[in-house]
Amino acid sequence: MTACVATDLLPSSVADEVRVILAGIVDPEIPAISIVDLGLVGEVSLVEGTLAVELLPTFIGCPALDLIRATVTERLEHEMAKPGSGIERVAVTISFAEPWTAARITGRGRAALAASGFAPPDRAPQLVSLARGATCPYCGSRRTVQENAFGPTRCRSIHYCTTCRQPFEQFKDG
Amino acid sequence: MTVQAGRRAGIEPGALDSALQAPLGELLLALADDDFVLGFADSEWTGIAPHLEEDVAMSSLAQDELGHASAYYGLLAGLTAGDADRIAYDRPAEAFRHCRLVDHGRGDWARTMTRRWLYDTANAVRLEALAGSTDRLLADLVVKVRREETYHLLHGEAWLERLASHAGEPRRRLLEALELVGPDAPSVLAPLPDEAALVAAGIQPIPSVELIERWSARIGPVLAGLGLALPPAAPAALDPATARSGHGPAFLALYTEFSLVRGLDRAATW
Repeated sequence: MTACVATDLLPSSVADEVRVILAGIVDPEIPAISIVDLGLVGEVSLVEGTLAVELLPTFIGCPALDLIRATVTERLEHEMAKPGSGIERVAVTISFAEPWTAARITGRGRAALAASGFAPPDRAPQLVSLARGATCPYCGSRRTVQENAFGPTRCRSIHYCTTCRQPFEQFKDG
Repeated sequence: MTVQAGRRAGIEPGALDSALQAPLGELLLALADDDFVLGFADSEWTGIAPHLEEDVAMSSLAQDELGHASAYYGLLAGLTAGDADRIAYDRPAEAFRHCRLVDHGRGDWARTMTRRWLYDTANAVRLEALAGSTDRLLADLVVKVRREETYHLLHGEAWLERLASHAGEPRRRLLEALELVGPDAPSVLAPLPDEAALVAAGIQPIPSVELIERWSARIGPVLAGLGLALPPAAPAALDPATARSGHGPAFLALYTEFSLVRGLDRAATW
């Protein structure tokens, strides 16, 4: 996870401020989780007055991405690009420099997903996690079946728990 | 879509030999148009797929293809200082460079699934090679696309098996589909007119003749296991001059449909 790590290109005071602002922006489709905890934030840098933020899409065709990018741009411009801050402009780009995978979701993010009824993705290679039963977010059982590898959004699949007889969704590995 | 420079080793954006710009553009256009046209054709199933779960799945697959196309068009726009939406929607029908396999209409469910499986398996071989492209932005994007395509491959193979193993109407329709679209399937991997330049520069690391061999070796046993075989390739599907041009009435109807709203007001903000 490289979000907002202070480097030569980003003083720690700026990194802290960016981290707080981005942690306050939630995923529009699952408002229980922030874009930082979801692992959407890639490299952040400050070069010659440009605060550059990379966003890594969970799925390439995610229609929420434009909204997330606009929100990030707006918030950073509003709260950081102030006179005397050394930040003159904000550039938010979609990047594939490193692919988003479920491993980028933080521990806090996984807990937030579970608390709102989503099974967090398994920490396993993609094909293995496709074959195994997801953990039911309601009763913790692994006696679950995948009803559909595709769900209401590109990043969610549909499952059924045979123990507590509850349908649920899992956040997919991209 | 703006695409940021990647961190993989390779040709830096802007450092591309000017003689390679046009061949790379043709490659990006072929990748983009394949996914764009297939995505639109498959999206016609939204609301009318055989059952609800399949409706969700098919809509997701179509959305993925359009997403991938959008990203490829974005790379092309960056290369040509153009605009992705304009490339996608404001070209005449004859300027599209999708392959003959996706030029067919979606047909019935068996044809859609047969075509999807043939396309996904061929595309997987193509993307596997392009993940090693010296063009860094393309390689970065392809790595991500391949992860998503894993779901497509599993979905397509499940349907191929389902249709093949049910004697009677399902298998009959599958055989009809294979006979109709099968001869055009290698067009996904047919050489582009400037392939030699792309291969020499490592932008396309593996020549198409080898990609077609790999693909045949991979799908042959799967088909044989189901008592099926791919019909011989149509000569036009392998010829660089015809594999991606001379589109038929099914595409022209689709083109009319997907360019209709855009054509009402090209200056509108979406």
